[in-house]
Amino acid sequence: MSSTSTIVSLPDQSTAKMPKRHYINNEHGLLSWLLTGDHKRIAILYLISITFFFFIGGAFAGLIRLELLTPQPDLVAADTYNKFFTMHGIIMIFLFLVPSVPATLGNFLIPIMLGAKDLAFPKINLLSWYLYLIGGTLTLAALVLGGVDTGWTFTTPLSTHYLNTHVITAASAIFVAGFSSIFTGLNFIVTIHRMRCPGMTWFRMPLFVWSHYAASLLMVLGTPVLAIALVLVLLERLIGIGVFDPTKGGDPLLFQHLFWFYSHPAVYIMILPGMGVISEVISTFSRKRVFGYTAVAFSSVAIALFGFFVWEHHMFIMGVSNYSALVFSLLTMLVAVPSAIKIFNWAFTLYKGSITFETPMLYAFGFMGLFTIGGLTGVFLGSLGMDIHLTETYFIVAHFHFVMVGGMLMAFLAGVHFWWPKMTGRMYPESLSKLAAVTTFIGFNLTFLPQFILGYLGMPRRYHAYPPEFQVLNVLSTAGATVLGVGYMLPLLYLGWSLKYGAIAGNNPWQATGLEWQIQSPPLTENFLETPIVEHEAYDYDWLANKTRNEVTTVG
Amino acid sequence: MDNAIATVQEHGADLHAAHEHVALPQHRHHFETEEQQREAGSFGMWLFLLTEIMFFGGMFFAYLLYRNWYYPAFAVASNQLSVPLGAANTAILITSGFCMALGVWASEVQKKGFLVLMLVLTTLFGLAFLGVKTVEYHEKWEKHHIPGASFNISEFTNPAGFGLKEEPLAPDMAQKTQVFFFLYFAMTGMHALHMIIGIGLLFWLTHRAHRGDFTAGYVAPIENFGLYWHFVDIVWLFLFPLLYLINRHPLH
Repeated sequence: MSSTSTIVSLPDQSTAKMPKRHYINNEHGLLSWLLTGDHKRIAILYLISITFFFFIGGAFAGLIRLELLTPQPDLVAADTYNKFFTMHGIIMIFLFLVPSVPATLGNFLIPIMLGAKDLAFPKINLLSWYLYLIGGTLTLAALVLGGVDTGWTFTTPLSTHYLNTHVITAASAIFVAGFSSIFTGLNFIVTIHRMRCPGMTWFRMPLFVWSHYAASLLMVLGTPVLAIALVLVLLERLIGIGVFDPTKGGDPLLFQHLFWFYSHPAVYIMILPGMGVISEVISTFSRKRVFGYTAVAFSSVAIALFGFFVWEHHMFIMGVSNYSALVFSLLTMLVAVPSAIKIFNWAFTLYKGSITFETPMLYAFGFMGLFTIGGLTGVFLGSLGMDIHLTETYFIVAHFHFVMVGGMLMAFLAGVHFWWPKMTGRMYPESLSKLAAVTTFIGFNLTFLPQFILGYLGMPRRYHAYPPEFQVLNVLSTAGATVLGVGYMLPLLYLGWSLKYGAIAGNNPWQATGLEWQIQSPPLTENFLETPIVEHEAYDYDWLANKTRNEVTTVG
Repeated sequence: MDNAIATVQEHGADLHAAHEHVALPQHRHHFETEEQQREAGSFGMWLFLLTEIMFFGGMFFAYLLYRNWYYPAFAVASNQLSVPLGAANTAILITSGFCMALGVWASEVQKKGFLVLMLVLTTLFGLAFLGVKTVEYHEKWEKHHIPGASFNISEFTNPAGFGLKEEPLAPDMAQKTQVFFFLYFAMTGMHALHMIIGIGLLFWLTHRAHRGDFTAGYVAPIENFGLYWHFVDIVWLFLFPLLYLINRHPLH
């Protein structure tokens, strides 16, 4: 009991000092950032660029909600509205969610968690950031030139035959951004296999690394299939090859198979790294080893594996055979099992833990609740009969926003707040950040819970007008989106503020056990002065208590 | 120092003493040892090739689907391809791969002249392959077998008129030969693109090999490029039977 109480009392940060030399001040000048091979600097570059795209995508969400405030199409015309939701989808999925946690937090932390000096291929890491930027620029080009209105799914033959918008620009943007994601995944897998420090066995790795490993497998195996599907769409538009064109004997459904073969695993690319964040945060703020470490680790891999065999549930109403629909429905239900394993294990980690409610923990609680709702409504949609009623309605919109925004974005913010002291060496104002976490949670529920009801009542997605009886719920949703917007603006402001004025964090402000917390914050460019040797498993709070006790006597 | 994060300084010293090799200038600071660097590099290359398999896999899947749907069209369209040219290209590509394998060996045993010779031969055979491919593409152009507005189905609806011993196809099925040619051009074109990128890399590697970069113990780029080049060979080894051979004797 005595050891537990010493752990819960967080260290006195008033004596903490900023280290003289760290990765941020190691070199100066813009070029030292743009040509860097340092995984931590690349992570910061990514963090800035994905934040930029997040707020552009968010602006489109705001415009969509504004149009839906009234039943009449009064803000924009139908085709402009189509361009809005397409841009919102493309930016949020390919330029924010897919790289969000892996490319920022993963990039920053995986080498440190493994006790390595850098990722295996620093130049490829930098290349992947530049590819991301090219993809982002092309997306913005498509936007500025007049937009694209295929929806983020590029469904054929709509995208190949019936539209005169900038499909080619947008599809090339995603093609290029896809390679950025492939290279990130490849780098992670090689690093995790080959760069672990002495004593860092597979089952001593933090769960954050495990979930990134699973997500990287999906990136490496899934993204090339999206690439070829987009190449075929581009060839069809440019020179009229007819692989997806029914008038020439092609099959538009083939495109959907190829597209969803990537894009369903892609939702696990988005959520798995977030689950890794939650494992770290829950363990740290309950001061307990993650319950069922092995089960949580393997459930990540299981999600990655099952994730490849469920893509057809996006196509149940598109004329696929009944028998295959039955099989895919069953497989879809199976994915719920490893996800539930994670949720239950986190709950058991909390059980009898010494829980404190710091900001990252609040976001993590938000994740657990919202992801569970999102996951369970996914089971509704996976069952064949329900799916026919609910698909292409706001129910599905609410479902994937619960998983992606309620789940992943909460996890991203949990992670950013959790590791912010490590990345910048400074603390943010705790009361303000707690306010932001609560605001986000309230705003999110207000935005998306009404959409479940709207969808169940039959309001179809992707229309800019709707019957007047749906207005009350839509007004609620728009009001919620406003609150949500405030919730997302707050971190931008106070995190920016903390860069200069925040209290100095010290090495281990949360008293966490991870290897990254045992080095200075912000870390040195080479991470470790000497290669560490790991002799304890992840989340060993007894080890940390011993270490801290010794430190008190020696530092004095 | 605390109890868990100890140092491996002594460890590292032992390791180096045991192997007694000179540190390579290409050794990167973030790898503990050169073995680790080399292993990471080739592991990364294998993973990249895995993504390439998935990339080509999309097209192989489309081929499988349409071949089942439009079997008669695929049979006659496939007979349009020249087996001697395809076989010659297969031989050329295998020879090129053989030279590349010898090049990797030359780099390992540090024979600079032989390495450069092998890289040049690999390049030449690669170019020869592309040359033959151009001849084949040109023939399709002349016969109006390039999919698009000028695609001509008369050879498939009236084979006797062209001196072919094929069953004539109904016009709608004959149109489906276009699907075969889409896939033919998409798959061989994507393969050729990989060859062109490979040949570009070969020029650069030959230049560096000539400078002596790869014959002083640093073989990773040659080894990894070799993996890539063999992968491109293997893709062709699947394309050749699927596109040229599999329908030579259609079932009746």
